[in-house]
Amino acid sequence: MIYGLGILKGLGVTLKHFIYSYIEDVRYLFEGGRYRPEHLPARQGPRARGVFTVQYPKEKLPLPENFRYIPFLVYDTQENKIKCTSCGICAKVCPPQCIWIVRGTDPNTGRPKPEPEAFYIDATICMSCGFCAEFCPFDAIKMDHDYELSSYERYESLVFDLPRLLKPDTYHAQIHPSDWARELAEKEAEKAKKGAKAAAHASS
Amino acid sequence: MSTPAKTKPAPLAELKGDLAVLKEKFGDAVQPAEYEGVVIANDVLLEAARFIRDELGYRYLSSVTAVDYIQEGYFEVVYHAYRLEGGGPLVFKARTPRDVATVPSLVSVWPGADFQEREAWDLMGIRFAGHPNLKRILLWEGFYGHPLRKDWKEPYYEEEHKPFSSRWPSGHHVRAEDRVFWHDNVQYPLDWDPDQVEDTSDELLYIGMGQFARAETGEQVELKSLRTDRLVVNMGPQHPSTHGVFRMVVTLDGETIVRLEPVMGYLHRNHEKIGERNMYLQNMPYTDRLDYICSMSNNLGYAIAVEKLLGIKPPERAEYLRVIMAEFTRIVNHLWAIGFLLNDLGAFFTPALYAIEERELILDLFEEASGSRMMCNYMRFGGVANDVSDDWIARAKELVYNRLPRAIEELDRYLTHNELIKARCQGVGVLPPDLAVAYSTSGPVLRASGIPYDVRRAEPYSIYDRFDFDVAVRYNGDVYDRYLIRIDEMWQSLRILRQALDQIPRGEIQTGKKQYMIRVPAGQAYGRVENPKGELGFYLVSDGSPNPYRYHIRAPSFINLTALNEMCKGHKVADVVVILGSIDIVLGEVDR
Repeated sequence: MIYGLGILKGLGVTLKHFIYSYIEDVRYLFEGGRYRPEHLPARQGPRARGVFTVQYPKEKLPLPENFRYIPFLVYDTQENKIKCTSCGICAKVCPPQCIWIVRGTDPNTGRPKPEPEAFYIDATICMSCGFCAEFCPFDAIKMDHDYELSSYERYESLVFDLPRLLKPDTYHAQIHPSDWARELAEKEAEKAKKGAKAAAHASS
Repeated sequence: MSTPAKTKPAPLAELKGDLAVLKEKFGDAVQPAEYEGVVIANDVLLEAARFIRDELGYRYLSSVTAVDYIQEGYFEVVYHAYRLEGGGPLVFKARTPRDVATVPSLVSVWPGADFQEREAWDLMGIRFAGHPNLKRILLWEGFYGHPLRKDWKEPYYEEEHKPFSSRWPSGHHVRAEDRVFWHDNVQYPLDWDPDQVEDTSDELLYIGMGQFARAETGEQVELKSLRTDRLVVNMGPQHPSTHGVFRMVVTLDGETIVRLEPVMGYLHRNHEKIGERNMYLQNMPYTDRLDYICSMSNNLGYAIAVEKLLGIKPPERAEYLRVIMAEFTRIVNHLWAIGFLLNDLGAFFTPALYAIEERELILDLFEEASGSRMMCNYMRFGGVANDVSDDWIARAKELVYNRLPRAIEELDRYLTHNELIKARCQGVGVLPPDLAVAYSTSGPVLRASGIPYDVRRAEPYSIYDRFDFDVAVRYNGDVYDRYLIRIDEMWQSLRILRQALDQIPRGEIQTGKKQYMIRVPAGQAYGRVENPKGELGFYLVSDGSPNPYRYHIRAPSFINLTALNEMCKGHKVADVVVILGSIDIVLGEVDR
């Protein structure tokens, strides 16, 4: 056994990696260069070879639908209202207790009304666990895909209030297509059920 | 206090098996406990512990922890001992009134109790009579009080349990930073004088180390000969090779280590107190942050412990998904561990990055399934959070059948026979099998010392009893074997993954309805899983309310560190870095 054979074998592996990065470069040369969005899945896929890194922020990895970051509130653009009913489940389930809600009251009757008066999320302590979205019975709070939240100061700009949190349901439909499809299907089913009930009521 | 009056059930009527033997031997000093195990009187505890270890064969002390039963007025120290041949625990307990708070130390029987007893002293304030070094371990010496006692309240204490009533319906909340009256972190209160602060813990530590050294030499030094001095050197806490903020105080004779003492707690946040304020479900994302490399298997351990109390089982598909995630996590962790071990050896980042490249591909799968790459928060009680698509399974299979075997083989070819690695690793940091057991080490550290003990085989949980795999074992107990065993375990994980991915059925992923405020029946449970770093255990005491009464974590990296001093003695300073790397610690879990 020659001393150093193991080292040489190991260096062979490094050399292989080194050479592959050039082979891949040449291969991508004929397809318009390595850093094109259409190559991203292959470059990051299970058959990727050579250089594995992504040129962030010039190019960004595609996010899966389940990806979760600081939540946002869904604004129903069809009915022009906030979907949140201020039931408070998200504030209760939140592990670091970073959500606080002022329940809306009807000025005429003084009774609680199903709309929040104020809604805050302290983004500095939110742990992006996704429980609020998971347990919301009204599909009113969803996890966001926007992860670039840095700011120059950490007191005002990172406590999100209602205007900051509200995003249209078109945005929600865009980032969560299958979740949105489920919501629509449920709505249809609900409508059909109501229609059937009404029909049954009318005929009786 | 909103804690309800604890009505404990009557103690177990009849003792079975080894507990009966124990009862027969010690008579009235052994009394049955409420839910499981026995209570042993303090004056025979040491004798009984020896009997349990030597005569009954429970050689492995897995966990030592304490519970504060404030209503009943006593502390209970709970021990879980196991047989190395496998099987369930022998649970025994010791009680002490709250104002006495002293029980005999078991360090002389099981040296592995050392750090765990120090932790119980630190956080619960129970003195262990006869402990050789009963100091605080996670908090600093000047800390006032013992935070896990039920009557201790943290600064900015809000309420006993979450959810806090201030958040809704008239929501208000004060940011923690606003409650500090100097607001940002650069000003101090007017009457605060840094000269008045006395923290002598470091001084005491250094003096202690020096005395030890002097006492140990004791020999006459001839003036003419070359004189070597004992030197106390501080490694860390900000040291790239300590894998986080971790400090080792080493006494050196020249370059040789005479004694090493780990100093930890820089990342301490009292996870267990937070856990007792939380509702059961709210702890799930917190377990991600223990060993942040392996959040999936942390989730699994906690879910199993709570499911033991709830008495539910997840559906088949969820069980398979759990095993798939846990085994992928093992590969992720071992790739990471090997990469960083090589960093510690001086092969700066080339091997680590090759390993991390494969890890990235697995994290992509985690991200798609759970929504996050590292803080997965994937398991629920009686199921998992999301189902995976067929495409996901196909990609996982592609990894398991094609990519990962090649990558592991390449890593093997790249490193295993490298002469430099052999020279640095073989015969370094040897931990003989008897010491490995005595020090309660677990996981790869224990198995590299020739003890084939794996919770997946010894006390199978989830559906591990269905899979065909071997428990990896190596016999030399040195750094090289701890490296090799990780390669072996990755191969075994791939075997399990192949079977699981081929067999996974379709169906439900959640038993019953998902609830955010579950009520857990009163009881005690110790759920343990074979985490990549060792045995991760969750000890839970429920009083029937939505919050755990006691939530304790047996952290593998924390307890594996008990043996660090033993492994490092007699080696050079440069080897300490390698030995620490071979134990593979994560400070999020060590400090909790």
